[in-house]
Amino acid sequence: MKKLGLIVNPIAGMGGRVGLKGTDGEDVFKKALTLGAKPVAPERAANMLKKLASVKSGVTLITYPHEMGADEARVAGFKPEIIGSITSGKTSAEDTKRAVLDMVKAGVDLIAVVGGDGTMRDVYDEIKNAVPVLGVPAGVKVHSSAFSTSPEAAAETVMKFLWEELPLQEAEVMDVDEEAYRAGRLSAKLYGFVLTPYEPTLIQGMKVASLEADAEVEQQKAIAKQVVELMEPETVYFLGPGTTTRAVAEALAGEKTLLGVDVAKNGKIIAKDVNEKEILKWLDKGECVAIVSPIGGQGFILGRGNQQLSPEVLKRSGKKNIWVLATPQKLSMTPTLRVDTGDPNLDKEFKGYIRVTTGYRETRVVKIS
Amino acid sequence: MKYRQARWTSDVCLEPLVFELGGKGRRGTFSREKLLSDPEIPEGFIRASINLPELSEPEVVRHYTRLSQMNFGVDSGFYPLGSCTMKYNPKISEELAGLETATNIHPYQSEETVQGALELMHNLERSLAEIAGVSRVCLHPAAGAHGELLGMLLVRAHFKLKGEERTEVIVPDSAHGTNFTSAAMAGFNVVVVPSDSRGRVDIAALQEAVTKKTAALMLTNPNTLGLFEDGILEIAKIVHKAGGLLYYDGANLNGIMGKARPGDMGFDIVHFNLHKTFSTPHGGGGPGAGPVGVCKSLEEFLPAPMVEYNKKAKRYYLDYNRPYSIGKIKSFYGNFGVLVKAYTYILMMGAEGLEAVTDAAVVNANYIMRKLEELSDYEFKYPGPCKHEAVVSVEPLKTEKEVTARDVAKSLLDYGMHAPTYYFPPIVPEALMIEPTETESKEELDRFVDALKRIAEEAHTKPEKLRSSPTGTAIGRLDEVKAAREPILSWRMYKREKTKDAEAPPQEIKNDATP
Amino acid sequence: MGSHFLPSTRESLNEMLREIGVANIEELFADIPSKIRLKHGLNLPPPMSESEVRRHVKTMLSKNKPFTEMPTFLGGGVWPHHVPAHVRSLVQRSEFLTSYTPYQAETSQGMLQALFEYQSLVAELVGLDIANSSMYDWATAAGEAALMCARVTGRKRFLVPKLISPERLSVLKNYISGPALETVEIGYNSATGQLRVDELEGQLGEDVAGVYIENPSYLGFLETQVQEIAEAAHKAGALFVVGVNPISLGLLKPPGDYGADIVVGEGQPLGNPVSFGGPTLGIFACRDEQKLLRQMPGRLVGMTTTLDGNTRGYTMTLQTREQHIRRERATSNICSNEALCAVSAAIYLSSMGPSGLREVAETCASNAGYAMKKLRKIKGLQVPIFDSPHFNEFTLKCVKPGLGIETFNDRLLELGVHGGTPVQREFPDLGETAVLCTTELHTKEDIDKLVEAAARAVEGKK
Repeated sequence: MKKLGLIVNPIAGMGGRVGLKGTDGEDVFKKALTLGAKPVAPERAANMLKKLASVKSGVTLITYPHEMGADEARVAGFKPEIIGSITSGKTSAEDTKRAVLDMVKAGVDLIAVVGGDGTMRDVYDEIKNAVPVLGVPAGVKVHSSAFSTSPEAAAETVMKFLWEELPLQEAEVMDVDEEAYRAGRLSAKLYGFVLTPYEPTLIQGMKVASLEADAEVEQQKAIAKQVVELMEPETVYFLGPGTTTRAVAEALAGEKTLLGVDVAKNGKIIAKDVNEKEILKWLDKGECVAIVSPIGGQGFILGRGNQQLSPEVLKRSGKKNIWVLATPQKLSMTPTLRVDTGDPNLDKEFKGYIRVTTGYRETRVVKIS
Repeated sequence: MKYRQARWTSDVCLEPLVFELGGKGRRGTFSREKLLSDPEIPEGFIRASINLPELSEPEVVRHYTRLSQMNFGVDSGFYPLGSCTMKYNPKISEELAGLETATNIHPYQSEETVQGALELMHNLERSLAEIAGVSRVCLHPAAGAHGELLGMLLVRAHFKLKGEERTEVIVPDSAHGTNFTSAAMAGFNVVVVPSDSRGRVDIAALQEAVTKKTAALMLTNPNTLGLFEDGILEIAKIVHKAGGLLYYDGANLNGIMGKARPGDMGFDIVHFNLHKTFSTPHGGGGPGAGPVGVCKSLEEFLPAPMVEYNKKAKRYYLDYNRPYSIGKIKSFYGNFGVLVKAYTYILMMGAEGLEAVTDAAVVNANYIMRKLEELSDYEFKYPGPCKHEAVVSVEPLKTEKEVTARDVAKSLLDYGMHAPTYYFPPIVPEALMIEPTETESKEELDRFVDALKRIAEEAHTKPEKLRSSPTGTAIGRLDEVKAAREPILSWRMYKREKTKDAEAPPQEIKNDATP
Repeated sequence: MGSHFLPSTRESLNEMLREIGVANIEELFADIPSKIRLKHGLNLPPPMSESEVRRHVKTMLSKNKPFTEMPTFLGGGVWPHHVPAHVRSLVQRSEFLTSYTPYQAETSQGMLQALFEYQSLVAELVGLDIANSSMYDWATAAGEAALMCARVTGRKRFLVPKLISPERLSVLKNYISGPALETVEIGYNSATGQLRVDELEGQLGEDVAGVYIENPSYLGFLETQVQEIAEAAHKAGALFVVGVNPISLGLLKPPGDYGADIVVGEGQPLGNPVSFGGPTLGIFACRDEQKLLRQMPGRLVGMTTTLDGNTRGYTMTLQTREQHIRRERATSNICSNEALCAVSAAIYLSSMGPSGLREVAETCASNAGYAMKKLRKIKGLQVPIFDSPHFNEFTLKCVKPGLGIETFNDRLLELGVHGGTPVQREFPDLGETAVLCTTELHTKEDIDKLVEAAARAVEGKK
């Protein structure tokens, strides 16, 4: 019998409809309530569960009480197995964390998380990659690629994962500075990676669509192979955060810090998790190349959240020394790339087109806006 | 109009496999007289047995006749497959390609015994050269993709002789899948350029893409959106200025015949699909022919032999004396049987006929576009007018009703019309690529638009019907996932699987949740 | 003129133009820069009616002399065999003939099943589990096989026999030029023609992706050391590729039985006319192994069921290998193939059955044996040049001093017989030699006529 965990974050997404962006922090939540915000997540959860109703006899739904899952489950006709305890009306990140831990202990095959980036960060903090998770969007704007595009799409993915074989991919969990976001700036940082079933999307083929697709991993390996072949001796390369750059490090027979910037030279990783100061020191010694790839679902190759590849670093490197890697799958999600270095003049310099390595001997000219 | 395809069923299948028919000792052909001598082949090399079916001729004929009834061709109904140019195939072409003087000649026969074939190929070459505005045409390639590969090899040979190392071929993101692969097969790195908001090649992006490493740009014109690349002269300038070559993918030639010629646009290499523009039948996937024309400076690299005419001796001959030729890309001289059909077609149409073809093809496509624009569920991402094909998006249906381009296309099958190409080009979401061709009447086009209208209506009222279509064909939707996950590609494999299943424990009843 | 193919008339076009909202057709072409607009139309001969074109083309083709009108002994890649009448009538059915690639499985079960049957029949013929639904011809199939070997093994050298068909070698070299693979030619024993296995072993190393032989060879003899070659290749970690004339497999042991990993060949003799060398039919088959299947080029039809699991059906599968899904990463760029020729082959093989195909093959070999026996008695000729068993092709060498093979052939032609394919230019070591072919279509009279003409041609008599 398949076991599906369900966690609903009732306060996720409440800011959006009343003009706030995100609801982290109790103050913001309170403000949202006074503005008349109504919970969004429960409805999304119910929509997803309704679509899953046809298979409910084949799956055990394990969830938390009341508004954290049990209510929505019953509305959709499920008879869930309820674990844990909460104080109804006063849920918090701690509850999310306990819930996810309990579900892992209960041996679930997959955890559906109805919430936003913040909710996913809490899940990640607690269980990292122990069990695959799938996000159902209920946040204002979701940046993590661990989320489905809609509750209905999530239901399809859940079914496919539980009954057929869907590959798992490492999906980025993003740390969006919600305060900055509310102030009109976007500052997204890579927070971590969770395991997510990835549904090979209907690949846009020539005359027919096929359900199968390249494992993104294979494509990343191809990119890595190309990068390694093109790396020049004596040149210093900074490998930015991400799974594609990690593939490059692996091809160099090294391990990479997932969230940090590592340094490669002459086919070897020579320094790990360097900070801005250290990077500037390398730049002092000579020309370096920064290898980056788009992070999150918005296509940012250079984001303000990147403390290591700071505006100073980028100014000194120049556009010509930025090497962008991206799988075609990534680019199909975000056909235009974005830059938000923190320095508007620098941003302007990057605008236009840039060559992106998309595979072995494949390049794509992509617009940066 | 409704369509009910023939449906033969037998137990758990439609028509049984030929291996499941017949009986011991039956035979469907050949009977031999006495052997003239004993074959001098040692026992050890003789095979013990061969597992082929045993059927009499009537059984074979009935079996394949039934299979043909569960198939659909241009002769059956409207076949608006974008970029495939599914036009009517003249039957006179079949008759002439089937003459003994065409089928029973061997390529290695002494040239004096095959003057007719050589003359035909020579004349066909001249006609294609005129239609495309090129200098010479090689008739060898067996298909479009094959011609593309030849084109890429010619590009390589050109730069090798010049001593220039050019490693990149530029392809628009809307290009036909074979473009990318052919370039890669010839050893080039592929650089993809995006399309702009008008659906044409983004010239600014192209300028970024073109460097001293650029060997060629591959383009279709009209492009896969059915739109004419009106910036073609500038595009040609950009590429040529950087020393690169221009390659024309002839898939969409039906949109400009008699109006403009690729050679005049600046293309150095022009490829043709005889099974598209020149009306040779598609045969369920082939055979086709993909001749490649070139400008003067690339002639020397073409594969040998080329057909030449000796004016003095008044003879056609095969010229193998081509020192700079890249060699061969296929045995012999090309798909002659297909060449005969294309030649026949060109002779019948003449210049005015080919231009009339383009006129009608373009009017038909624009007519459909105009009619569909009136329906809110069908969106055109790029403004018209189009040429011979139009790409419509059913994104509104997907967003509102979870009805996809594929569902719409499959539903059309129940109206007795073949589905258009869908999900292509990849830059249009939920795309349906519609190419009516010139051999369709206004009534047929109206029927098509009407069918799409009804389908859109049903998307709102009973979308599940669309998602489970077609229902009027011999079979409904198939489990493609299973086909890929547990491949059974031959009778041998099937038998083995069956024996394995017979020995295996009973399977868990799968939950019937079909997403 | 061809206007009978166009349903639209001036009136209906104008009506549609009105609905489109343009004043005239020119407006639809206004975006073509005037600089390149054709002002005077194309310069082609005036259009012909159907009866005119019939007369015109028939007259043109009548300048050909079909090989059925005189005893002809040509082979070398396409061979004249009997094409049963019902094969042609079946593939001329318009539901097959005018259909496109069967991407819409629901409406194309006919074509899909016919191709599945073709795959199955080829699999039985060559002794391997998996065959694709066609490639362009033997030569391109061999080229694709070399590329596949390189992809599977990651190595760069491909070993071929020196006596490989020169046209196939040229095509092969073009196919492997992209990834810059290398061919190495292995020598032969001058008495028997057999591949020099010692030389092969000398060349086999960690950089060899595949070993390719043709069996029967281009010059007609059988390779007798196939087991040793297979073992040597496999021991070195290379794949073993065999190129065949499938008719021979009616009689001879299939390559799948003696260690072939990949089999390529020319399927034209199976129910397809010679047709001046095209359309042809490339056979491509491989062993059922994941690492091979994933890298196999060409289209594959697989068996499956409807979504409810109740009815058997067929669909194109494993398309992720193909160009339209993977674009630059595809296993091959092949799109249109030779599908209808494959269906002809399927019908042919289903009609032949095991005994029929065997008899055809035996007749081919027997006719060759009879011809060789008689020809070798003629002074001034060496027939065949290799002391090995042959199938249906064999070599004939002019050893009379001063007699060139081309002259010999010219004389034969004057005597109303068409000789074989001269190979002296491609294989100068072999001297004034031609390759002759006999099939089940040759009668005793045909061969006797050849022998008589050959004797006179050698003498120089008219």
